[in-house]
Amino acid sequence: MADQKYPTPLLDELEKGPWPSFVKEIKAAAKAKPTAEDLLGQLELSYEEKISHWKHGGIVGVMGYGGGVIGRYSDVPEKFPNVSHFHTLRVNHPSGWFYTSDVLRKLCDIWEAHGSDLTNFHGSTGDIILLGTKTDELEPTFNDLTKLGFDLGGSGSVMRTPSACVGQARCEWACYDTMALCNDLTHLYQDELHRPAFPYKFKFKCSGCPNDCVASIARADLSIIGTWKDDIQQDDAAVSEYAAAGLDIQKDVCDRCPTKCMDWDGKKLSINNRECVRCMHCINVMPKALRPGKEKGATLLIGAKAPILQGALLSSVLIPFVPADELLETLKELVSRIWDFWGEYGNNRERVGELIQRIGMSAFLDAIGLDPVPEMISAPRDNPYIFFQGEDVAEGTAEDEEVQNEATVKETK
Amino acid sequence: MGTQTDRLTDIGPPHYEKFLHPVIKKNYGKWKYHENPAPGVLCHVSETGDRIYTVRAGSPRLLSIQTVRLFADLADKYSGGYLRFTSRNNVEFLLDNPDNIAPLKKALTDAGFPVGGTGNAISNIVHTQGWVHCHSSATDASGIVKSVMDALCDHFTEQKLPAKLRIALACCLNMCGAVHCSDIAILGIHRRAPKVRHDTLNKVCEIPTVIASCPTGAIRSATVDGKPSVEVIEEQCMYCGNCYTVCPAMPLNDPENDGLSIWVGGKVSNARSAPSFSKLAIPFIPNNPPRWPEVVDAVVNIVDIYARNARKFERMGEWIDRIGWPKFFELTGIEFTRYHIDDFKNAGLTYARSAHLRF
Repeated sequence: MADQKYPTPLLDELEKGPWPSFVKEIKAAAKAKPTAEDLLGQLELSYEEKISHWKHGGIVGVMGYGGGVIGRYSDVPEKFPNVSHFHTLRVNHPSGWFYTSDVLRKLCDIWEAHGSDLTNFHGSTGDIILLGTKTDELEPTFNDLTKLGFDLGGSGSVMRTPSACVGQARCEWACYDTMALCNDLTHLYQDELHRPAFPYKFKFKCSGCPNDCVASIARADLSIIGTWKDDIQQDDAAVSEYAAAGLDIQKDVCDRCPTKCMDWDGKKLSINNRECVRCMHCINVMPKALRPGKEKGATLLIGAKAPILQGALLSSVLIPFVPADELLETLKELVSRIWDFWGEYGNNRERVGELIQRIGMSAFLDAIGLDPVPEMISAPRDNPYIFFQGEDVAEGTAEDEEVQNEATVKETK
Repeated sequence: MGTQTDRLTDIGPPHYEKFLHPVIKKNYGKWKYHENPAPGVLCHVSETGDRIYTVRAGSPRLLSIQTVRLFADLADKYSGGYLRFTSRNNVEFLLDNPDNIAPLKKALTDAGFPVGGTGNAISNIVHTQGWVHCHSSATDASGIVKSVMDALCDHFTEQKLPAKLRIALACCLNMCGAVHCSDIAILGIHRRAPKVRHDTLNKVCEIPTVIASCPTGAIRSATVDGKPSVEVIEEQCMYCGNCYTVCPAMPLNDPENDGLSIWVGGKVSNARSAPSFSKLAIPFIPNNPPRWPEVVDAVVNIVDIYARNARKFERMGEWIDRIGWPKFFELTGIEFTRYHIDDFKNAGLTYARSAHLRF
């Protein structure tokens, strides 16, 4: 690369090897774009000095929105003036990340006109990332994007861009229409997506089955994981075909079942569906023979997050089962209660999972009007320091001690 | 600003339906089963008998528009113009004609995009921005991902592992990549308390907000050279960077002390065992760009030992649960140190609270 503006001996090492190279991508963009050229130069400097050369972000954006643009400024603008501003737009992806060649080309044309020619398909939360442009290009980029039918995603203390697995578009295991729900939620909460009004970020992720291909249990404040209530659909002839083809059904299927709810007598596979925890292992191993049941829906779980601030959390069960056709309405009602409470009582930069850790799940359930059910816990408490409610102690009648263990789905509607 | 009458806002994303392959649209919700005829190739069969074929290839995630256009050209030529991306940054072409699979695979491979990532393989590494676009990164992201995947590329294009193996990288504890439930997580880590810029702090930040941002209460107000500022009780700092996120006068990037840690045994899937966090394997490896050989060796070593010892269907964490952590450290040759014992909240939950020991 004799015509390269800055020599990049360190980054050049990352053009070697069988895996596709991001350095080649930046160099491809650098042929036409001084921004990409200066990015390459600044990145080489980071490789030499082992430190980031981006300044703390600033507040930039498009008119009327409080999110969707990540402000970024170089801390060495005198050396790399073309990345003195290098802001990124987060663009809401279509559910399931499906595209046509035509719409991808049009997105490229917009970015060629306004930005660095560099993208991410996709960012961690799921947005299309248009990586690096100047402040005065933000509004023109936004206008071209909306004309093409695209809008910005979230950043800061907003509802972030919801994401969904491929769902019923190309998967036989999807227990609800993940892509439709993701699309509905995103359109329903445009204000919450674009205008920060929350204590911190809030994420929805829609997985069609307990394989959880969008990692909702690890990453979403509200995890929506498809499941079923009735029996696994079983095709005995197909089970026999797997056995005849050499699958060791005893060892690879029955012995791997976490609740040991399956028996194989050499001819017939029997499943005790009342003991099945819907882990998906047997279905994953024999997709032609076993399928999720017909009474489909989702489990709603709450509170996952990465470590900042008080440590990482996995989501935990809030509503064990919502039928597929009631999901959107249930979520609307539930989410409005959660957001009201979290908005009022959440501290600055406190995710809803950390709020629950701080005040306790029981107080959170009281606040959002859900009754406790045993599906919410892995075990009852093992410490005896129980905060008895005043009314239980003062009156102490048998009537007050009655536990309301009704299914909670109806309550939330 | 002029009039904004033609300005559109709050339109939301385009409806996915207009981007769906006709075979997918017709068979939406009717898929019956799928097969995995070769690494990187899936065949989904509908109750109607229709079939859709998927060819999956790895990408560096950071793509120039030239490469996005190349994908569009390949889609036009082989998949009727229909394609998608996966949650792990792979590109997938959706084909109704199986005769196009072989030429598409060849075209992708020739262009430098390996075909694979399905079944019991290592799929693409999900990762963050690193030095390419982030201010708080303790390391680069793309460079380590490239170096690790160069070494593990055969595990992407083949399906020879006991189970799927998911690797993720986040360049600081903020974990934009939420790597904390991965078979192997590579995590950028800071090791020094922020160096307070007393000259600017009071101008650019609200002191009460900075104090409140610290999860361990390590920040308190102080007057330095007559200016209101804060001080950090260094022994209480766990380098989370939250104060830096709320206040630019609290920088904690440090070339000598920033680096990487390796975590193992997490998963998000419910298959067999419950979802779980990744646990600490290696507390610190210094940054060594451009190819981070120590990180690559550490990851390859863990993958090799796992591949040789785990049973069929055992994910990394399930294998370690069976053999026990002492055996994991023995087999991998990784040193066990005081840093492996948790000392944050609820630390005792990870102490060995039984006499179940393997000798």
